[in-house]
Amino acid sequence: MDALSLHRIHFAFTVTYHYLFPQLTMGLALLIVVIKSLAIKTGEEKYDIAARFWAKIFAVNFLLGVVTGIPMEFQFGTNWSEFSRRTGGVIGMPLAMEGIFSFFLESAFLGLFLFGEKRLSRWMHWWSAFLVFVGSWISGFFIIITDAWMQHPVAYHVTPSGLYEVSSFWGLMLNPWAWLQYAHNMCGSVVTASFVMASVGALYLLLRRDEVYGRTFLKLGVISGVLSCIMMIFPTGDLHAKYMAKHQPAAVAAMEGLFNSETGAPLVLLGQPDVEAQKIDNPIVVNKVLSFLIYGTTTAEVQGLNQIPRDQWPTTLPLLFYAYHIMAGLGTYFLLLMGLAAILLWRGSLFTARWLLWPILLSFPLPYIANTAGWMTAEIGRQPWLVYGLIRTAQGYSTHVGAGSSLFTLLGFLGMYAVLSILWIVLVYNFIQDGPIAASVEAAADSGEAA
Amino acid sequence: MGTLWFWIVALMLVAYVVLDGFDIGVGIAYLFVARTEPERQQAMRSIGPFWDGNEVWLLAAGGTLFFAFPLLYASAFSGFYLPLMIVLWLLILRAVSIELRSHSAEPLWRTFFDALFTLSSVLLAIFYGAALANVVRGVPIGADDYFFLPLWTNWQPGAHPGILDWYTVTGGVLALVALSVHGSLYLALKTEGDLEQRSRSFAMKAWPVLLLLTLAGLPLTVLARPHSLDSYLAHPVLFVIPCAVLASLFVVVLATRRGSAMTAFLGSSVYLASMMAGAVIGLFPVLLPAVGSEGRDITIANALAGSHTLHIGLVWWTFGILLAILYFSVIHWLFRGKVAQNAEGYGH
Ligand code: HDD
Ligand code: HEM
Ligand code: HEM
Repeated sequence: MDALSLHRIHFAFTVTYHYLFPQLTMGLALLIVVIKSLAIKTGEEKYDIAARFWAKIFAVNFLLGVVTGIPMEFQFGTNWSEFSRRTGGVIGMPLAMEGIFSFFLESAFLGLFLFGEKRLSRWMHWWSAFLVFVGSWISGFFIIITDAWMQHPVAYHVTPSGLYEVSSFWGLMLNPWAWLQYAHNMCGSVVTASFVMASVGALYLLLRRDEVYGRTFLKLGVISGVLSCIMMIFPTGDLHAKYMAKHQPAAVAAMEGLFNSETGAPLVLLGQPDVEAQKIDNPIVVNKVLSFLIYGTTTAEVQGLNQIPRDQWPTTLPLLFYAYHIMAGLGTYFLLLMGLAAILLWRGSLFTARWLLWPILLSFPLPYIANTAGWMTAEIGRQPWLVYGLIRTAQGYSTHVGAGSSLFTLLGFLGMYAVLSILWIVLVYNFIQDGPIAASVEAAADSGEAA
Repeated sequence: MGTLWFWIVALMLVAYVVLDGFDIGVGIAYLFVARTEPERQQAMRSIGPFWDGNEVWLLAAGGTLFFAFPLLYASAFSGFYLPLMIVLWLLILRAVSIELRSHSAEPLWRTFFDALFTLSSVLLAIFYGAALANVVRGVPIGADDYFFLPLWTNWQPGAHPGILDWYTVTGGVLALVALSVHGSLYLALKTEGDLEQRSRSFAMKAWPVLLLLTLAGLPLTVLARPHSLDSYLAHPVLFVIPCAVLASLFVVVLATRRGSAMTAFLGSSVYLASMMAGAVIGLFPVLLPAVGSEGRDITIANALAGSHTLHIGLVWWTFGILLAILYFSVIHWLFRGKVAQNAEGYGH
């Protein structure tokens, strides 16, 4: 394989793996703040215990987010040096700001949150949880500013030697693409956390153990799950797709599998794109819906790939098509599942509806798949551009780092991350197996008081 | 503007070395000084709430370097590809061993992570020292501003150097000894009982080696890169830096003898900072010297980002760093004092 492909796989693999952890911790940080608030408001001890339990799971995921995130910060230089040299004057800024504004905040207050419960007053402990939440959401924000600039470059100018510089700070920070992407992505993170929490709740109820906590987790997970699933699709997903149709028409046409421009374009629900023949095999379509989704009327014309020069088509078109359909398909399923669960919760019969607890228990991996598929949509859709319309992917990699070196370190990361995955599974399984009470006893010992 | 950002990045790197240096140093000394399970827990607790924040200085410095000197970031990070990846793997292993050892009471599990903790800390220290020595020695930068270094060639600094040669390996060993002194002084400061005693004597045993290596460092550096003395000869007052290096080394010994652990630890912090400052002054205004070809140095002037970018940067950087200092002060104040011997200290 050539060096370029290896650098791409290297980056794609390490970032996809990294994002398995922040997508849980960002959402979970929010839910932990909710639990801590309930603890203060109601004064019930079960909420304190629940918070300690989730803090343990949070800590392990955070650790893996940290250790897999550090390589990301360096890979711009190691694997994408030409890209870094040319655009460092722009994307170096949000990346540096991420370190300074969010990682310091997160790491400092996470230490306090985990080890300081007995040293701090109730409110101070609430604040430390809150600041961890703020830190992780700021971190997501700056990374998305970076990514959004690559998707939709704004507020830059080019120097005579071909380097990119920020021309307006606020222009960069207020990139409309970034805010749409951020809103959608953070909802996705809350979806993951909600599903994980609901799933653990469902497990305890199905096992008939720790039922107090089972009910609490399930209830919280379902409420935040249904809200975030709605927002996932409307307004955030919808607006994002509309904005994209305007600025990355090639990506949207490929995502939707639209080879030819059409007025009243149909929405392809299922099918297999055949790039050679430029058509979708075995399509299942709903007429006119695509035009409606993008332009709000059933008669608008949607631009197809035939209007776009071939050398600007996304390079791995079928993968893009599937990634997008997996995301959107799962999004629809999430909404149905959580919607149903919310109705039963409202009517008071959720906790005994074992037929529904099973799918809730089993669905926790799906948001991870949806989030990953979403990022693949974004990143593959951007191809063949590294910075949309400005720099091609083939122009950005480290030409001095050969294919052999890149393969060597890719294999190294594969091995290392396989080990991390095993540790992660063992630890999280143990926490869930031990249950909330045990976690709470340990946490009390940790923070300086014999339990 | 360029000089200012040069010193900002240098300052952040110094902060990283002094702060993460102590927890890496604890890792180096760990297996040697912390013998029993309670002692090991005590040692781990002494760095528990801090190590992650310390490591953020590396990320923040890296990000700031990327932003202020994109060319340096691009050239150096791709050129030092293999050693950097190894450093990343070591950072992963170290972090995992610190955080995961306590998650099982199984002695085998703990022994494994204890060994991993010391091993990764030792190798990290060596790699950091060698990395700094590589920058001081210079690398074969090509006409396109890039280079790619193999791990080793003929072990000589010359025109075709590798990452490892006699000079950079000496740098690595120096860093190993320096950080083990720094880390064991931190342990002596934060722990009590036998662990405190052993840490102190560990530091004192390593001290003469450190003195020797430090004294050898200067002539060896001049040998590896003759231009290192240019700044000093132009401004002789700068020789206070090497004096500070030596003075702080002696402060370490005297303070340890007199039993003031705090002063000793501050002494070794000053030592690390002035060693770094000495190296950086030797480089200025070059960022990465070229060997084997004149005029291809990466310098402040040719690597600097645009002035608008840098002006904006100054505003948020100042604000952000003040916040970071505030967090660090809060955390160190809240977790001040010694870690108790029994499980009632902080940590986990
Ligand atoms: C739980 C996860 C999840 C779910 C259910 C959905 N998405 Fe999504 N989507 C993401 C998680 C995600 C993501 C991981 O957050 C992405 C990747 C990049 C980004 O910013 O968000 C994303 C990207 C993304 C993009 C591409 C953005 C780009 O190229 O920058 C579009 C057009 C949509 N989404 C639209 C939708 C629609 C119409 C959905 C309706 C069901 C939907 N998403 C459900
Ligand atoms: C969790 C989130 C992310 C995932 C899952 C993801 C996934 C991917 C994938 C699959 C590719 C390969 C595309 C291809 O080669 O066809 C890629 C490339 C890349 N992504 Fe992302 N990405 C994520 C976030 C980001 C962010 C936040 C940035 C920038 C800050 C970024 C920058 C890049 C770069 C520089 C490349 C390499 C160049 C390229 O192939 O386009 N990615 N990513
Ligand atoms: C190229 C892309 C990325 C880079 C360079 C990167 C960099 C990093 C680094 C260095 C850390 C460790 C911080 C520490 O030591 O405390 C980290 C953790 C984190 N990252 Fe990433 N990251 C990337 C992609 C993403 C994406 C796409 C998101 C979310 C939208 C994200 C969100 C986070 C969060 C919330 C953390 C905190 C740790 C955790 O919660 O697990 N990162 N990242």
